[in-house]
Amino acid sequence: MTSIGTGYDLANSIFSPDGRNFQVEYAMKAVENGGTSIGIRCKEGVVLAVEKVITSKLLKHGANKRIATVDRHLGVVYSGMVPDGRHFVERARDEARDWRDAFKTPISTADLAKRMGGYMQAYTLYQSVRPFGITAIVGGYDSELESPVDGEVGSGPSCGAGGKVAGKKHGGPFLYMIEPSGLYWGYYGAATGKGRQAAKAELEKLDLSGDENGLTLEQAVKEAARIIHVAHDDNKDKEFELEMSWISGHDGPTKGLHQEVPKALREEAERLAKKILEGEEDEEEEKDKMEE
Amino acid sequence: MEFGNSGSLSEDGIHLDMDRLKKGEVNLGTSIMAVTFKDGVILGADSRTTTGAYIANRVTDKLTQVHDTIWCCRSGSAADTQAVADIVQYQLGLFHMMNGKLPTTQTAAAIFQEVCYANKDRLSAGLIIAGWDERHGGQVYSIPLGGSLHKQSYAIGGSGSTYIYGYCDANWKEGMEEADAVNFVKESLKEAIRWDGSSGGVIRMVVLTAKGADRHLYLPDTDYKVRHQ
Repeated sequence: MTSIGTGYDLANSIFSPDGRNFQVEYAMKAVENGGTSIGIRCKEGVVLAVEKVITSKLLKHGANKRIATVDRHLGVVYSGMVPDGRHFVERARDEARDWRDAFKTPISTADLAKRMGGYMQAYTLYQSVRPFGITAIVGGYDSELESPVDGEVGSGPSCGAGGKVAGKKHGGPFLYMIEPSGLYWGYYGAATGKGRQAAKAELEKLDLSGDENGLTLEQAVKEAARIIHVAHDDNKDKEFELEMSWISGHDGPTKGLHQEVPKALREEAERLAKKILEGEEDEEEEKDKMEE
Repeated sequence: MEFGNSGSLSEDGIHLDMDRLKKGEVNLGTSIMAVTFKDGVILGADSRTTTGAYIANRVTDKLTQVHDTIWCCRSGSAADTQAVADIVQYQLGLFHMMNGKLPTTQTAAAIFQEVCYANKDRLSAGLIIAGWDERHGGQVYSIPLGGSLHKQSYAIGGSGSTYIYGYCDANWKEGMEEADAVNFVKESLKEAIRWDGSSGGVIRMVVLTAKGADRHLYLPDTDYKVRHQ
């Protein structure tokens, strides 16, 4: 970055002559140093996971959650500056609430991603603010059921509605990632933070197409745990805690809600992850020996 | 504010305005209804608008479009219900543009209810919302005077509806064919018009299905037998 120090990196809302906004690029640097976050979308739902770096031995285990619930069916995880992430989550909750107030129906994952993308983009425009130092992963399950109007008297008649178009799918699992620039895309699998390269390489090996042979939700939980462990560099990085959440459809284990993965399943997934990793290390050692 | 003479004066001299209309305000003394059927939903209404005993309009259109396949039947104050429908039409148009997808009947009903409930002290509006969308098919929501919201298989409203509760209960069937549903609406409204002095004129209908909106018009000259237009 040869243009650094030329004054074009001092404020938002000023482009450098070669068309870059340095403040946004610096914000992305803040993200690149944060603990790894990933999201996996499979046929039955979405899994979010984060590598929570332990900054002090005095911090209580399992406390200080990093994955937030935004609405019943929506979860957010982020890498980068935690206070910025908390503000992002607060705003996301406001947006979800506003949508419910206006339309008496839950906000869809796509609509939330769109609104939050717009919100983050606005922080790249003005002198008085700085961009968010986070990349956020938004996961959600939009109900395929007919939701009752909030505040409706009773649930309404089950009979009467005619002329539905058959064979069309509505709702389902969705995953979005929003960057400090405000850029967002929908993903099958998303990764951000320090270990994103390794995590992305692992995600690409999974079958996340959502068809018959695709990953199940429970497999996705186990893969998520493994990928967070793979992305963690034992030699360089500090110790970490694994935090995971999941969202299934109404007929799945979370009944359409965003929830923390149960302790038993998380520990099982972590045990398997460690076992697989140790196995790989052993193999490598054996290879080394054969080469000798 | 000048009131009509239908109100009564209570003991302590407080004016009780029974019908909540100002003197000379245009009223939709009405018969309206909406029914779901096999392929969607049908809205129907008479066409009489009155100011007191005077018929201000004998060919009123009380079926108002708020989106492509979401319509409403209006009863109560003509001014109030027109204003509310205008607000909802704007909101649904905005929803369509901003979100890149069609609003559902539920979306429309939710916005209607919000406006009706928030302004319940100032409005006299009894609305029936009916619409068709891909996901939910034909749906009917009723929003009576206080601003509550009721999802129904079919709904009737307006002063004329009181005369046809029994008729509709006896004759409505689940999943009717289009022709039968049109006939049910027509016969119900004919009875309402026959017995209700504030209802009359022509019978208008809108049929909402996957094919879009289809308007019907039936005139009293031919005893509502022939479909015009």
